[in-house]
Amino acid sequence: MKVGIPSEIFANELRVAATPKTVKRLQKQGFEVFIQHNAGLKANFSDQEFEDAGAHIVKTALEIYSQSDIVLKVKEPSIEEVDLMKEGLVLLSYLWPAQNQALLQKLADKKVNAVAMDAIPRISRAQKMDVLSSMANIAGYRAVIEGSYHFGRFLNGQITAAGKVEPAKVLVIGAGVAGLAAIGAANSLGAIVRAFDTRKEVAEQIESMGAQFLTVEIEEDGATSSGYSKEMSKEFIDAEMKLFSEQAKEVDIVITTAQIPGRPAPKLWMDYHVAAMKPGSVIVDLAASSGGNCALTKNGEVYTTDNGITMVGKLSQLPSQASQLYGNNLCHLLDDMGKADKWKIDMEDAIVSRAMVTFDGKINWPPAPLPVSPTAGGGAKKVVAPTAEEIKMSDEAKSKKAATSMFIQLGVVGALLFLVGQYAPSEFIQHFTVFVLAVFVGWQLISNVSHSLHTPLMAVTNAISGIIVIGGLLQTTDDIKNPMTILAFIAILVASINIVGGFVVTHRMLNMFKK
Amino acid sequence: MAIGIQTAAYLFASILFILSLGSLSSQESAKRGVFYGIIGMIIAIIATVLGEGVAGQTYIIIAIAIASAIGLMLARKVEMTAMPQLVAILHSFVGLAAVLVGFGSYLDPKTHELHGAAHIIHLTEVFIGIFIGAITFTGSIIAWGKLEGKVRSKALLYPGRHAVNIVLLLTSIVLGVLFAKQEGTNGMMYLLIMTAIASFIGVMLVMAIGGGDMPVVVSMLNSYSGWAASAAGFMLGNDLLIVTGALVGSSGAILSIHMCHAMNRSFFSVILGGFGNAPVKGEAKAIEGEVTALNHEEVSVLLKEAKTVVIVPGYGMAVAKAQYPIYDMVQTLRKAGKTVRFAIHPVAGRLPGHMNVLLAEANVPYDIVLEMDEINDDMPNTDVVMVIGANDVVNPSAQDDPASSIYGMPVIEAWKAEKVIIMKRSMSAGYSGEDNPLFYKPNSEMLYGDAKDSVEKILSFLKA
Repeated sequence: MKVGIPSEIFANELRVAATPKTVKRLQKQGFEVFIQHNAGLKANFSDQEFEDAGAHIVKTALEIYSQSDIVLKVKEPSIEEVDLMKEGLVLLSYLWPAQNQALLQKLADKKVNAVAMDAIPRISRAQKMDVLSSMANIAGYRAVIEGSYHFGRFLNGQITAAGKVEPAKVLVIGAGVAGLAAIGAANSLGAIVRAFDTRKEVAEQIESMGAQFLTVEIEEDGATSSGYSKEMSKEFIDAEMKLFSEQAKEVDIVITTAQIPGRPAPKLWMDYHVAAMKPGSVIVDLAASSGGNCALTKNGEVYTTDNGITMVGKLSQLPSQASQLYGNNLCHLLDDMGKADKWKIDMEDAIVSRAMVTFDGKINWPPAPLPVSPTAGGGAKKVVAPTAEEIKMSDEAKSKKAATSMFIQLGVVGALLFLVGQYAPSEFIQHFTVFVLAVFVGWQLISNVSHSLHTPLMAVTNAISGIIVIGGLLQTTDDIKNPMTILAFIAILVASINIVGGFVVTHRMLNMFKK
Repeated sequence: MAIGIQTAAYLFASILFILSLGSLSSQESAKRGVFYGIIGMIIAIIATVLGEGVAGQTYIIIAIAIASAIGLMLARKVEMTAMPQLVAILHSFVGLAAVLVGFGSYLDPKTHELHGAAHIIHLTEVFIGIFIGAITFTGSIIAWGKLEGKVRSKALLYPGRHAVNIVLLLTSIVLGVLFAKQEGTNGMMYLLIMTAIASFIGVMLVMAIGGGDMPVVVSMLNSYSGWAASAAGFMLGNDLLIVTGALVGSSGAILSIHMCHAMNRSFFSVILGGFGNAPVKGEAKAIEGEVTALNHEEVSVLLKEAKTVVIVPGYGMAVAKAQYPIYDMVQTLRKAGKTVRFAIHPVAGRLPGHMNVLLAEANVPYDIVLEMDEINDDMPNTDVVMVIGANDVVNPSAQDDPASSIYGMPVIEAWKAEKVIIMKRSMSAGYSGEDNPLFYKPNSEMLYGDAKDSVEKILSFLKA
């Protein structure tokens, strides 16, 4: 089978869908690889390198699109490019199906089987093909590097002969893959890192990367089944804005990464937040392409505001690194689809069926709601709400049940005590009172004993239970021939062994416990 | 001594016993606890002997003197690894004493001056006291035998044993009713038959429980010995006996329940006996992977490279008496700047807290000995976990294989560490009879051989 890689025609797209390394890998999978002349140039891969890796160089995009069985691409194709494609071609590329309905229609009309790499479901099996994660990882790292480039100071604190340098404070908003990568990069450069996310569950991840988790005092969790966060209530957003206002006065670099799939990015860093920041501070907006998290972001531009804040709305893609990771993601998907010899488009497969947005002339978007759905925002809420209610109800039922059984138990105990009181002599009742109270005391006492002292505890209670010696003492008479005395004598003997042995051994054990 | 003073002395003794148990909540105060106990006991004995109506002081003194000598000898000689046996045999003494006191009380002429309800209640007390005492006595002896290796430690299970036990119990109750109606000492026959039955129940009860459940059994017998003392207290109308017995009884009971929680099993399923008999839900998970083994030198290299080491000891360490060389190894590693800690599962060993005592014996400071819950979260950050003579307490099936008989039992998550070294004599299954998928994990390595020899060899490579 033939795999073709065209040049990316969009001027700002520096990446390419294959690198010499992935070309080798594709061949191992059994594919024949064709690559367009100069396709890797912008990502620093020469034709020579591709040829050395075993790829055939072709001149035009037409040859790629008309002769290949599978085409690997980065940026979604233009209408003109689709026109060049042959029927039955398998296209692996970014497609953004939610935003590009017309393109999908065009692909379907041409009977191109297109896989949207950005629609790979986020399930664990698909992690190795998840281009959003691999690209977000790069973006997060890059955000810190470029942010610090525009920031006029060290990130780490230093005490030098020339004076003391305060460490920079970095605030990361949104702790997805990009956010976590940014936290890691900023932390390793020595900055003080704080991070905010609406999903409480990521607190641990944030802290594990070395940042402080900022949170608002409102019980609302932004987590959804898709792994993305949902939009939050008004009270929550108000509290969030207040938190950001406080942070704006302190932090030096703000990196925003909040994106909700298929919708404009939420506006989180308002103009008044920017105004509150110190001159020289930097804002890096990773959501710039979908409208920006910051109100003042200009997509594709880096500029300085009137109060001296650098707004970064454009990042270098690290084309060489990004191409490598993207190429690997593609290889993993081809692996999963059976490589060259067992190639199959399996529309039953959880990954293929969802990422294959056009198949056999039909549009397959939005995909059937599977456990993981990018449009889960509303859906998840509906699913979650009844379970929460159910839990509450079953809790109520449980506590009611517990109360009832408690009541019955107390009733039974009360009735029994009443019976005992009716018939037993008062002396017995007195002893019984003492007994029951002692049981409770014992119960309370032992609940506090530490695990490591359980053996000494047993030894000491064992010694104390030798108190039964008193029974023997009370029964001894002066007449050794009296069977009672003999019994008592043996009782005293064994019980005393117990007392002495128990205490001595406990003492021995406890002496060994040293700090 | 006047009754008032004696009662006051008893009250004081009770308070001292309560303080004694209460002091055991921490290592610092625990030593004080023993002294409270001793003083309480001395006061109790003196107050009783000096009280009214006590005769035969010579015999009392002789008995106590002989007993003290034997007790001292036993307690001085016993090795810490043999602690469970000692505790078990001491329990049997309490049981025996309770039986004897019960018979003594029955023979006591004072008993027969009672009439009506008081007489019936007294006889019932005698009966119950002897019943519990006899179960404690024979049960503890069997427990001792199992721990000592004189009795087969595998659970003895025969069909219909529950029915037999219930029939025996009902027979005892019938005998009790008949006994309580008899005047004078005419009921002796019933009492003797019941004693025989109770002794048999005690034997069968413990025979049905396997070696791994011993921590529960020993603490359960501890509880019984308390109840037996309490019953004797009712019999003799002595509040001190009642209070002390109840303290011990309830403490033993809560300890047993703790142990059961630690194994995620109900108290009754342990008492009724038999491990591995739980209905198996579905096919057991197939174990994938290969078992790989290392030699001592390779282990020492791993330890040298590690920064954090966690040691998980089990009964195998007790058997091999490996705690001393282990601590030598720990000291060597700590001197090299590594963090070394111990992770103790609540039911490791044959007695609650058994591992802690053994490690304390070898002078391991208790602040590096942590409980399972304290250390489990740290496992992913640990470089090397050394499992020494433990098996079921590190079995991942407990978390991920519903078909496993130990499913649901909290375990030490050794497999989350970078590397796991399992020191074991052979590939045999643990007490539960479950195969352990941990051995087959890619990050785990076996080191075969006696734990003590192995640790000594590793130590020599570490020092080289």
